[in-house]
Amino acid sequence: MRTLLLAPVIFLRLLYQSVYLALTQIWANKTRSILTTLGIVIGVASVIAVIASLAGLKAKVLSQVETFGSNTIIIQPRRPDKGRYSHLPWWQIRFKPEELEGVMEHCPSVGRFTRASGVGQETIRYGEKSVRNVNINGIEPAWHDIENRPIVLGRKISIIDDSRPVCLIGPELRDKLGLDKDCIGQSIRIGHNTFRVVGVIEQRPEMGFGGGGKESYEVIIPFEMTFKFGDPWIWALAESKSTDVLEEAVAEMRFFLRRTRHIEPWEMETFKVESLKSALKTFNEIALVVTLVAGGVVGISLLVGGVGIMNIMLVSISERTREIGLRKAVGAKKSAILTQFLVESVILCFIGGIFGLGFGKLLTMIISGINPVLEKTYIPGWAIVLSFAFAGSVGLFFGMFPAIKAARLDPIEALRHE
Amino acid sequence: MTEQNSRLIIRLEKVMRIYKVGVEHIHALNGIDLQIHENEYVAVMGASGSGKSTLMNMIGCLDRATSGHYELDGEDTTKMSESALARVRNERIGFVFQSFELLGQLTALKNVEMPLIYSRDGWLSRRKRAEKSLERVGLAGRVKHKPNQLSGGEKQRVAIARAMVCNPSILLADEPTGNLDSKISESIMELFDELHRQGQTIIMVTHEEDVARHAQRIIRMADGLIQSDLHVEKDKSKNSVIIKNQQEEIS
Repeated sequence: MRTLLLAPVIFLRLLYQSVYLALTQIWANKTRSILTTLGIVIGVASVIAVIASLAGLKAKVLSQVETFGSNTIIIQPRRPDKGRYSHLPWWQIRFKPEELEGVMEHCPSVGRFTRASGVGQETIRYGEKSVRNVNINGIEPAWHDIENRPIVLGRKISIIDDSRPVCLIGPELRDKLGLDKDCIGQSIRIGHNTFRVVGVIEQRPEMGFGGGGKESYEVIIPFEMTFKFGDPWIWALAESKSTDVLEEAVAEMRFFLRRTRHIEPWEMETFKVESLKSALKTFNEIALVVTLVAGGVVGISLLVGGVGIMNIMLVSISERTREIGLRKAVGAKKSAILTQFLVESVILCFIGGIFGLGFGKLLTMIISGINPVLEKTYIPGWAIVLSFAFAGSVGLFFGMFPAIKAARLDPIEALRHE
Repeated sequence: MTEQNSRLIIRLEKVMRIYKVGVEHIHALNGIDLQIHENEYVAVMGASGSGKSTLMNMIGCLDRATSGHYELDGEDTTKMSESALARVRNERIGFVFQSFELLGQLTALKNVEMPLIYSRDGWLSRRKRAEKSLERVGLAGRVKHKPNQLSGGEKQRVAIARAMVCNPSILLADEPTGNLDSKISESIMELFDELHRQGQTIIMVTHEEDVARHAQRIIRMADGLIQSDLHVEKDKSKNSVIIKNQQEEIS
């Protein structure tokens, strides 16, 4: 009975003693320990960085989706993978403005519809001041209702603006250009054309997948006006009448566009009609795949790190054979020796995990600085727990073989070891 | 003092130890009968390969008999499990080695504490007991020193303090002065004498006559057998005469 009660106490003592011993041992071999744990450090740092980036990307996408409604649908041209259209150049795939006319009449489930266009980046001038690389986007009045972006000052683009040179700008661009606080009625130069500011609209942080720094601004002009700048890239935004008929709205628009673009039933579509909901689903799927692939790569690096740990533990044991012999001679049981070396390898891995976390944090900060898409990057709590759990199990798994080897040493042989 | 009226600590009965090296069988111990009583001071001598180290390992519970019985403090160790043997080593046996076997990164105190780490009852009081043990070997002022800051003699004193820290039934010393010069050897031997006077049972393997002279009983081994087992007088000059006679007998 006494033995039974004493067993956990003895085990805890042993654990305490092993941790103490392991730390002194690691401290005594600082350089070696650091080099040994490098694999774990890199593994944990990369798992942290990957998970943080994906978490940031997800947060960003979700915040974007929130500003749209959940029944928003995006219509964009797309070159199919197969069929006769797959060889067409992009300029033949792109939408023509008339192809997107009449959607509201033919698609009963669509509540709102706007064509949108982008002309790329232009230089904006006001007096002496100019701002380069500003995105010029064309919209139709329904866009305001779909995107729900607040107007800070003035008015929206309305149906009467059809082909008038008016524009909406963001407050930052207004200040940068040195316009009045109440800039309504003031005129700015977009490229070679003069536009009158009719409203100030809240700036939305750019998705900016193809780059575009934090300093990217946007000017919104009527859809028809974008043709003054050449051949704009045309797409469309729609909203179903309700969330319930979202799928119907998508189906109706696909049917409509197949007909206007003369696509035979057996052919692949040259456009993409996608609800944000399904886009989100796709994104989540991609994120999962990326996580798994990155996880696999990181797992391999942790395995390599584990082999390093095992190697150094074997070296350590062979160096300390006499010590093991001595410990056994003075009464250390097999389990005590086993625990000592297991604890040492686990602690080595944990230390690697701590450094890895630090480097991961650093990497995350660098990544979030590089690309504004990843500005929301953060390290989720579960990632920290996961990487430590993984580092710990690597230590346990790869420390097992050396520890068993140490525990099995014959004390007489061990004490004779040179 | 005679062994008849003191407690029997070690009783070996027809102990054999056979090693297998390839297909060959090496009889390291060839049926040893031996009894050692409390507070005896025994020196084990013999040429290398005579089986004296195997005997020491056997007595120290580091090795098991192939056949025969070994009773320590009245308990048969032959059938004990490995972890029970570890406990016996921890509680009843103190080892002193030729090359000290101190751990370089630990202080003298931590080195002496080590056996108590593995003990059942000594864990909480380990620091106190280690300090006391170091005091006993005359190293009270060297507690915080690491082995590389100590002289050879001091190192062996630390090792003896470590061996004594669990109050063992037997102090087993394997060539304790083998790595020390004669002057320091003498002081270490005086320490053993002192421990013996305090009631410690000591068994020592040595090949030095000067060292063996400190013992009360000298066992000589050859070919895995006890060749002679002599009780010697306390008088030093007489001891040497007897030992010399013994030497001639062997050759």
